[in-house]
Amino acid sequence: MTTFLTRHRIQLADLTASVSGPDRGGVASFLGLVRNHQDGRTVERLEYSAYEPMAEAEAERIVAEATQRWPVQIALQHRLGGLGIGDIAVAVVAAGSHRAESFDACRYVIEELKHRVPIWKKEFYCDGSVGWVDPTKTGGNL
Amino acid sequence: MPTGDSPPPALISVRVLLFATYADLVGRPSVDVELPGPATVADVVRHLRQSVPGASRLPERPLAAVNQVHAQPNQPVSNGAELALLPPMAGG
Repeated sequence: MTTFLTRHRIQLADLTASVSGPDRGGVASFLGLVRNHQDGRTVERLEYSAYEPMAEAEAERIVAEATQRWPVQIALQHRLGGLGIGDIAVAVVAAGSHRAESFDACRYVIEELKHRVPIWKKEFYCDGSVGWVDPTKTGGNL
Repeated sequence: MPTGDSPPPALISVRVLLFATYADLVGRPSVDVELPGPATVADVVRHLRQSVPGASRLPERPLAAVNQVHAQPNQPVSNGAELALLPPMAGG
């Protein structure tokens, strides 16, 4: 299994291959991409940071929960460091026999990740200002 | 509960980790604190906010993790523990 946190470009095809198999005919994936706007402001680039050992451990716990609940295999990666608009920040791939369990597990993993995994996002705006994203405030993206 | 004859509570050492906006507020990524034990997450946060410059600007009840597992305010913190204060998470 690849490590959850990566400073390299996320390769969806590699993640998909890592969980594919002859018995798994339903594969669902979710990609989170860097958006060019947040709360009406134009975003130029951003930086992700994490409490790395806990983020790895919490991601592992979430994947374990999903694979206990649904008969799927999960691949999950999140980028750290500097990203530009359109870059993949997070990828979840769930592979099961059929689509239902794959969609459900994929959705579970991304929602839990957003609530539980200690990762933070610093946005650099076109006007030169900088801000930490707080999804609990109005206009957040949780 | 301590009685009149009990020895004073032993001090415990806790490493507090700060991230993102909390590290900016306090001006550093970690603070080592000593306080009387036994202590809970809330006790350590209260001690930090009262004794470390800049830390009074931290929330009174931040999200927290003890030794890399999410923790409630009333969770005990033992000597040598790592207490992370977690700003609102923004992964994904």
